[in-house]
Amino acid sequence: MAAKDVIYGINGPVVTVRNTRSFSMMEMVYVGEQRLVGEIIGINDKFTTVQVYEETTGLRPGDPITGTGAPMNVLLGPGIIDNIFDGIERPLKAIEETSGSFISRGAAVSSLDLDREWDVTIKARPGDRLEGGMIYAVCPETAIIEHRFIVPPDLSGTVVKVAPDGKYKLMDTIVTIKDGKGEEHQLTLCQKWPIRTARPCKNRLPATVPLITGQRIIDTMLPISKGGTAAIPGGFGTGKTMTQHQLAKWCDANIIVYVGCGERGNEMSQVLDEFSELIDPKSGRPMTDRTVLIANTSNMPVAAREASIYTGLTLAEYYRDMGYHVAIMADSTSRWAEALREISGRLEEMPAEEGFPAYLPSRLSEFYERAGRVDTLCGAEGSVTIIGAVSPQGSDFSEPVTQNTKRFTRCFWALDKSLAYARHYPAINWMNSYSEYYTDLDPWFRKNLGDDFIKYRNKISAILHEESALMEIVKLIGSDVLPDDQKLIIETAKAIRVGFLQQNAFHADDTFVPLEKQKLMMKAILHLYSRSRKIIAAAIPISRIMELGLFERLAKMKYDIPNSKPELFDDLISDIDSALSALTE
Amino acid sequence: MILDYVGVKEINGSLIVLDGVENASFEEMVDIRLENGACRHGRIVQIDGKRIVVQVFEGTKSISLDNTRTRLKARPMELALSPEIMGRVFSGAGSPIDGLGEIYPVKMANVNGTPMNPVSRVYPRNYINTGISTIDTLMTLIRGQKLPIFSGSGMKHNELAVQIVRQAKIADTDGDNKFGIVFAAMGVKNDVADYFRRSFDESGVLSRVVMFLNLANDPIIERTLTPRCALTAAEYLAFECNMHVLVIMTDMTSYAEALREFSSSKGEIPGRKGYPGYLYSDLASLYERAGMIRGSKGSVTQIPILTMPNDDITHPVPDLTGYITEGQIVLDRQLEGSGFYPPVSVLPSLSRLMKDGIGEGYTRADHQPLANQLFASYARVQDARSLASVIGEEELSPTDKKYMEFGKLFEQYFVNQGFHENRTIEQSLDLGWKLLSTLPRTELDRVDDALLDKYYIEDKESLSFHTIASAQSVDPDDDDA
Repeated sequence: MAAKDVIYGINGPVVTVRNTRSFSMMEMVYVGEQRLVGEIIGINDKFTTVQVYEETTGLRPGDPITGTGAPMNVLLGPGIIDNIFDGIERPLKAIEETSGSFISRGAAVSSLDLDREWDVTIKARPGDRLEGGMIYAVCPETAIIEHRFIVPPDLSGTVVKVAPDGKYKLMDTIVTIKDGKGEEHQLTLCQKWPIRTARPCKNRLPATVPLITGQRIIDTMLPISKGGTAAIPGGFGTGKTMTQHQLAKWCDANIIVYVGCGERGNEMSQVLDEFSELIDPKSGRPMTDRTVLIANTSNMPVAAREASIYTGLTLAEYYRDMGYHVAIMADSTSRWAEALREISGRLEEMPAEEGFPAYLPSRLSEFYERAGRVDTLCGAEGSVTIIGAVSPQGSDFSEPVTQNTKRFTRCFWALDKSLAYARHYPAINWMNSYSEYYTDLDPWFRKNLGDDFIKYRNKISAILHEESALMEIVKLIGSDVLPDDQKLIIETAKAIRVGFLQQNAFHADDTFVPLEKQKLMMKAILHLYSRSRKIIAAAIPISRIMELGLFERLAKMKYDIPNSKPELFDDLISDIDSALSALTE
Repeated sequence: MILDYVGVKEINGSLIVLDGVENASFEEMVDIRLENGACRHGRIVQIDGKRIVVQVFEGTKSISLDNTRTRLKARPMELALSPEIMGRVFSGAGSPIDGLGEIYPVKMANVNGTPMNPVSRVYPRNYINTGISTIDTLMTLIRGQKLPIFSGSGMKHNELAVQIVRQAKIADTDGDNKFGIVFAAMGVKNDVADYFRRSFDESGVLSRVVMFLNLANDPIIERTLTPRCALTAAEYLAFECNMHVLVIMTDMTSYAEALREFSSSKGEIPGRKGYPGYLYSDLASLYERAGMIRGSKGSVTQIPILTMPNDDITHPVPDLTGYITEGQIVLDRQLEGSGFYPPVSVLPSLSRLMKDGIGEGYTRADHQPLANQLFASYARVQDARSLASVIGEEELSPTDKKYMEFGKLFEQYFVNQGFHENRTIEQSLDLGWKLLSTLPRTELDRVDDALLDKYYIEDKESLSFHTIASAQSVDPDDDDA
């Protein structure tokens, strides 16, 4: 190779090299004496542009830049779960040990612990034919997650040598295979994958299985499928992060990847604290046993913020390929879009809407299209569900990130300021949110919960819409002038809002509600509604029904009836019946 | 070898461009000596080969193309630190301006700081009792939090900040009185800086205050450094001297405007309202320096103050601030106009860290449900009011009338507290229950029956509010709950 490549210009996180032909697009490079991690983002015959993932203070022209010959990639292997990484998969706990409470630059720490020994059981036998994506060994990664070692997708061949079962370190060879050309490949406990390339799968499956979250408004009104995509837009203080935390804690995915992209440091430490204390009800183990955290807080370098989303997604796909259902929470995709804008500005690219680069929609669609429920290469079923928070600037949903996200996600859970102000949580507005998964998921709900579930949901939704129309009138003339049947709609809608849609994340029972109880809650509300309607039709004034205190009981049934005792709903319904019958006698 | 570069190639706003410079490093400090002997300071903000762009802190007035000699200092912008900085006054760029001489440094620290490792953070849980009902009950301040005050020109944000400083018990209750206040003034009027100084003096904390002053007529480049210097000092006091530090930064809007001015003179592509595209990252690099870390007893708590231009909360500065900080205290011009102090607009205000720092063991078990109910009921008041503005108060349903009454009492006795009144958390919570007791019990759907049995006052005759407000400041024995 000719002369060494050296820095020419520096502007914030963007560094340029002059007159070089040694780099390729998206190649990962080391910049300066401290070997800061960077990535090639632009090449022309005069200048090559590098974005640096760390603070550039102190760099000077003439400092060396060395290429790695490979695109930005992550190390995949056991030790990912129950770990916390920054945006480019550097382990923050290990960095703390080497450089203390503040992150210093050029921290050269391996992503995964190289010295830890894993208890490996080899599945492949000599003579076996292994294709890309097939499982050749397994080991317990945490108490609940079995790590399945899969052949890198671009590799296949016949097994020539296997090591015995036992304890191995990350870089030990456990299986050797010979490919079609007679070349031998060593399979270790880890592999690398470029973060901006989607990992392949055999074929995609339809979105017919819901992701159960235990959150009433989501499961019942706005369901999402396994392998689906959802956006949670909301201004500050409307509870995006809270909603994401709730989903991460309670949804029925096997593994959660939580990406804190440009968010608050204290929030990440809260996640760390909370998840290690919380016990997953299904496995009886701490939540951290199934969680990967990626923390690139807002004061960490902006370029790594842009990469963090892809890093999280690649880790998620890796576990999907082992046959797990993975949910990824990206909080927040707006910060990622802003990182794109910031770097685009430094490159002096022509801006499109609001200063965002013109390629914003294509990047967003690339990201969300990596979700899906698939047949993996090893023949199992796995999925990646993406739930992205959006922080619209000025709480205005017409801004480019929200609008473009809307086009590529199929669930839209719009958070509402006025609900949040009234401390109605989750503050998902039922009027302007939507889910496109109804038709795909209805067969599943029918099969597992019966036709009633769908019937109740549609009725509830109709009452809420009717209420919204009536509220227009009430705002003008007050509720006193409405006829009794319309007053009943308003009272019932209130019971739905307070008793059903509102959910208390801090209440031991209410924080997660099984589908069966959700259904019974709807049933109780609708039962009172239809009985009351008959009574009103018999010219008995609604005020007499209201005096019975039944609506208040509905509002508190979420606390009064424990999740474990659904039979108490029968008592509630018979109480309603006897109280109302007394009126008509 | 130390080289002086004679003359400059280009001058643009507060930026100068030099050519033929060898061995410059990014963000390095430079000294610029003028022919008349004056020395200015600058920082390298862009490098293209041998061409460097330097930001001059004191401005480029009277610099010409050939009357300067520039010398590279071979180090980034650093602040001299020692425990002696307590009680001192510095310029926005960190040089002493109180005439008491230079600081003998124990440590030099880069003002940009380095990001705190999220793993090393301690999740903040200890609440700070500010003695202000609205803040303590509804948007509790937690040690290690960043809680900005969103205000507007002419509103009483400075008074509120001063009252918090005076009443807040920042230090541990065990008598280990190690607390400090770092005050950063960015583009504020001389009178305002003076008001703060006097108030610190009156409450006897002046010797524990470190001031960084960049007044409205000081150079804007210095203004972009002021909060960085202040936070570097705060981090030093907190994490190396184990003190509890409260940082007051005012006014963040002036800071952001300085940043915009600098960005546009550098010819950068503007984002929203002309602010640079990196405004979010830049603000975050300041606000995120609040917190606590493992292995240190100290903490950095921030109260940034910003004036919303035209009282518009969707303006980029409050908007981006709200996305970074852990809540906000919003002041309301209408409440201020009604003569209520502090004019805290309850509904849009929020403290995100509150939920884990209150309740059993911290304040009182009923705190969270009570706060939820107050928020919910007061939100309902707004509905009743907007209805009343259409159909008139007379036509409202009896329940709505009750809410109207509740709203009035809430603002008059709970929000409106006065500059000199210091309420304990029990007083504030009890007052909240009394106010809620003016509503029918069936309306209180956010609290469970056990709490209602304990705190709801059925005997409406005993709810005489005009006595409560006065009783609390004069005669605490009157407090029957």
